[in-house]
Amino acid sequence: MSSVAHEHPAHAQQHPAFAHQFDTMDQQQDAAAIGMWAFLAQEIMFFGGLFMAYIAYRWAYPEAFSLGSHELELPWGTFNTAVLIGSSLTMALAVHAAQLGHRGNQVLYLALTIFLGSVFLGVKVIEYAAKFEHHLVPGAHFEFASPLAPQIEIYFSLYFAMTGLHAAHMVVGIGLLLWLLFRARRGHFSAAYYTPVELTGLYWHFVDIVWIFLFPLLYLIH
Amino acid sequence: MESATNAATVNYLTAGHTLKSWLLTKDHKRIAILYLLSITVFFVIGALYALGIRLELLTPEGDFVSSDAYNRLFTGHGIIMVFFVLIPSIPATLGNFLVPMMIGARDLAFPRINLLSWYLYIAGGILALWAVLGGGVDTGWTFYAPYSTMASNSSVVLAGVAAFVAGFSSILTGLNFIVTIHKMRAPGMTWFRLPLFIWAHYATALIMMLGTPVIAITLLMVVLERALNLGIFDPRLGGDPVLYQHLFWFYSHPAVYIMILPAMGVMSELMSAFSRKGIFGYTFIALSSLAIAVIGFLVWGHHLFVSSQSVYAGLVFSLLSYIVAVPSAIKVFNWTATLYRGSISWEPPMVFALCFIGLFLIGGLTGVFLAATALDVHVHDTYFVVAHFHYIMVGGAIVMFMGGLHYWWPKMTGRMYPFPAAITAALLTFVGFNLTFGPQFILGYLGMPRRYYMYPEEFQVLNVLSTAGATILGLGYLMPMFYLPWSLKYGARAGANPWGVKGLEWESPSPPPTENFPETPIVTEPAYTYVREQEAEVV
Amino acid sequence: MWSELLPSIFPASASTFADQVDHLYAFLVALTAFFTIGISLAALYLAVRYRRRSPDEVGHPIHGSMALEVTWSIIPLLIMLVIFGWSAALFMTISRAPSDAFEVTAIGKRWMWKFQHPSGQREINELHVPIGQPVRVLIGSEDVLHSLYIPAFRVKMDAVPGRFTSLWFEATEPGRYHLFCAEFCGTNHSGMIGSVVVMTQGDYQAWLAGGVTQGPPEIAGRQLFEELACNTCHFEQDAGRGPSLVGMFGSEIRLEGGQTVTANEAYVRESIMNSQAQVVEGYAPLMPSFQGLISEEGLLQLVAYIRSLGGTAESTTAGAAR
Repeated sequence: MSSVAHEHPAHAQQHPAFAHQFDTMDQQQDAAAIGMWAFLAQEIMFFGGLFMAYIAYRWAYPEAFSLGSHELELPWGTFNTAVLIGSSLTMALAVHAAQLGHRGNQVLYLALTIFLGSVFLGVKVIEYAAKFEHHLVPGAHFEFASPLAPQIEIYFSLYFAMTGLHAAHMVVGIGLLLWLLFRARRGHFSAAYYTPVELTGLYWHFVDIVWIFLFPLLYLIH
Repeated sequence: MESATNAATVNYLTAGHTLKSWLLTKDHKRIAILYLLSITVFFVIGALYALGIRLELLTPEGDFVSSDAYNRLFTGHGIIMVFFVLIPSIPATLGNFLVPMMIGARDLAFPRINLLSWYLYIAGGILALWAVLGGGVDTGWTFYAPYSTMASNSSVVLAGVAAFVAGFSSILTGLNFIVTIHKMRAPGMTWFRLPLFIWAHYATALIMMLGTPVIAITLLMVVLERALNLGIFDPRLGGDPVLYQHLFWFYSHPAVYIMILPAMGVMSELMSAFSRKGIFGYTFIALSSLAIAVIGFLVWGHHLFVSSQSVYAGLVFSLLSYIVAVPSAIKVFNWTATLYRGSISWEPPMVFALCFIGLFLIGGLTGVFLAATALDVHVHDTYFVVAHFHYIMVGGAIVMFMGGLHYWWPKMTGRMYPFPAAITAALLTFVGFNLTFGPQFILGYLGMPRRYYMYPEEFQVLNVLSTAGATILGLGYLMPMFYLPWSLKYGARAGANPWGVKGLEWESPSPPPTENFPETPIVTEPAYTYVREQEAEVV
Repeated sequence: MWSELLPSIFPASASTFADQVDHLYAFLVALTAFFTIGISLAALYLAVRYRRRSPDEVGHPIHGSMALEVTWSIIPLLIMLVIFGWSAALFMTISRAPSDAFEVTAIGKRWMWKFQHPSGQREINELHVPIGQPVRVLIGSEDVLHSLYIPAFRVKMDAVPGRFTSLWFEATEPGRYHLFCAEFCGTNHSGMIGSVVVMTQGDYQAWLAGGVTQGPPEIAGRQLFEELACNTCHFEQDAGRGPSLVGMFGSEIRLEGGQTVTANEAYVRESIMNSQAQVVEGYAPLMPSFQGLISEEGLLQLVAYIRSLGGTAESTTAGAAR
């Protein structure tokens, strides 16, 4: 086993964001990308547990799930789906702008994504408030005029757990986007280095995809 | 190549003396030490809970503590030992310290995330201590619904949140290891030149990352049900307690491989180092770690044989559980074969390694008893299971944690500890351990259920033996807590390679400098390449 | 037989398959001892035989041997498969009650076991059974998970709230044996214990006759059937809003959607709690859910009543459910 002198990369070429444990920027960016994909893989497992519970109970209580689903406000749900897909578009455009180094567009598209994400959350607040009013929140005040009420309560427990977890991820996402906006305004991102934007984009798309599954499973039960 | 005193050199321990330089460190080696200290604290607390359990079980009546207190004792013991000792133990201490060094890197891929992992561990730990010490949790570390969701009058929510937070510590550590091993190997360090410790930690990291989220969401569901009445497992609504068990064990079975795979990695290093030869069957050991990780995700239903799970599902899980035993058997044969024509020294790490062989064999083979559905019907939820998992987790994982600690101690601290004390501690641990848990196999087959604080009189003799063993075991653990710190001040100074073994970590001074290597190493040969002098002389 | 050789490590053997379980156990003990002692001794021997002789000595580089790897992969795998086959066969025996088993019900409730015999005789924490007669125990829980465990019979099955489970045994030796709860259930889990009293057939009949009985469970079941107004939809002939239940138990039922199910206890329970999941062909989904309105005991009584209305005897595999 021989150790041959191997110099560190010349300091002159280092990007300000370069981290010392890496040898090159490329290596750093590859590592960050693998890290984000790995993180998303574990997020799939995380949501997966709730999806498994959903599958088990929907299989056992199809009628109850259907009755529960009919109480959801489909127009709001559809609107929100469109909003979120739109936000994925603006996010992709933000990544593109960062890649091209267009500061103005980066700021614009990041701001739009934040706006659309916030609209989504605002609609969720409206929907949750309606549930509260109609006694559809599980617990002591849950009421449903049906002999299947107990099982419908399980449906709503899953509804709140799944959409709540999703909303929490949206909040984190918006937080990340605000941080990116702050940095984009200062011109941190360019063709040489836009990894944070790209990886946040991956996260945002993932959160969007989770909703694409949640929407039909919760809102569109026959 | 023993270098002279390192005292004058700046190393990772001396680079910065303030508390801030430790608490805000990004150096993987310092983070490893932070974990070592915190894990030791949790180990002591968990051991005190165990002492409480064994004291109560000296007599058949419930006379030492109340039944509710006893339930909190075994729950506290389980939560602390599983989540705050065993899961992080080797990966967070030895893994953090050595993974970059063994592959010739300056640090892990994400040093700040590494520090975050430690803070999440501490946050989870504080919440857990708050739960178990302030009032306690009485559900068992398994938190089975519906008892945990609707009947327990204890700090279930707090404990669930604690484990949830600690889970993310584990996930981030796993993520860090995977990216590091993929992307930061030194030039020439191909996959099949990696030390087996790295293969083991790679496999472990896969499980940490993909399994832990499932228990996180499961405990979150329990917390939501208890705190917000989101009835998911409530049988009064039509909820399914067995669903909880499936979700819980989907992680908690692979979790036991998180505990044992790193120990197997340490074992490979020790067997090679103290025979001064390459591990017999390197490729098989490397790939068997991956096999265990993958197959380990497919066997969780063996915890549900008598839960009302279908008989046919039971048979499938049973078959897979037998199959997962085979890669472990392959490892044991290969380790033993490594000794053949080796140059074997009986220094303390090797003593730990030899203890491991017998204990791991018993632990692993008694797992086969449990995989046998017909037998499991009888011994499920009895002391047989308790004995089985302690043989693997304590006799296996903790023994290797100690063995690894004794092996890499001179590297981490630049000091050597006294060998007679260490060997005595190893032997005390071995004897004490067998006396504690051996009788429990018998108790279990005789029918003594788990989590009982009073029991029929005929079980007393075996319980007394077990408690006696526990005191000896305790002594065995207590000794290193004295001579290891003692060595920091009075131990002989150790050079770069005090054992005279192969490995990149031994090519750096003891203790290493912050950046690990003065220059990035270039790897030109497989791991564990020892050259015998006679052969070297032949041209 | 084994219990006589090594009395201290085997519990009493009092059921038809207890000895078979013990045989499997003994084989595995021997296997474990063989490999543990064998490999440990081999390791110790090698560690002494190849002890380092000089400080700079290193070992001989031996990379491996494919032949050995294949051997010590295949042989353990074969051993595992043998054990699997042996255990699987025994497990099927343990899981499937014979059709001539008579049924006892057991309800776990914090912290006691309530048993009822087919004759109506009730017991708490004690279960009297005759030898030489298969007994199937239908198990329910009123609150949290419990587990009915009788070590001398080598049987155990969880009591799961929300469903019925079952175990079976045929006792072989008169005597008094431990009965434990084997799933943690709170404060008095260790106290949720009792005894199984195995008697000769004659003694059992005498015991049954001498006891105060509240009548067989189907009488209480019939009462419930009327109180809960089941009889307003389920007439004796198929003229009501629901199908007649006479002769139904144990038969094959065609459901809406084409599926066929067997009308066993799980089916009856499901119909009462969640009938929408399995509506009988030709009927509308009108039956309300009685979730939360009937206790576990009540459910078992209704099952007993419906069974008494005639039909084929049916024994489900232990572990029941769907």
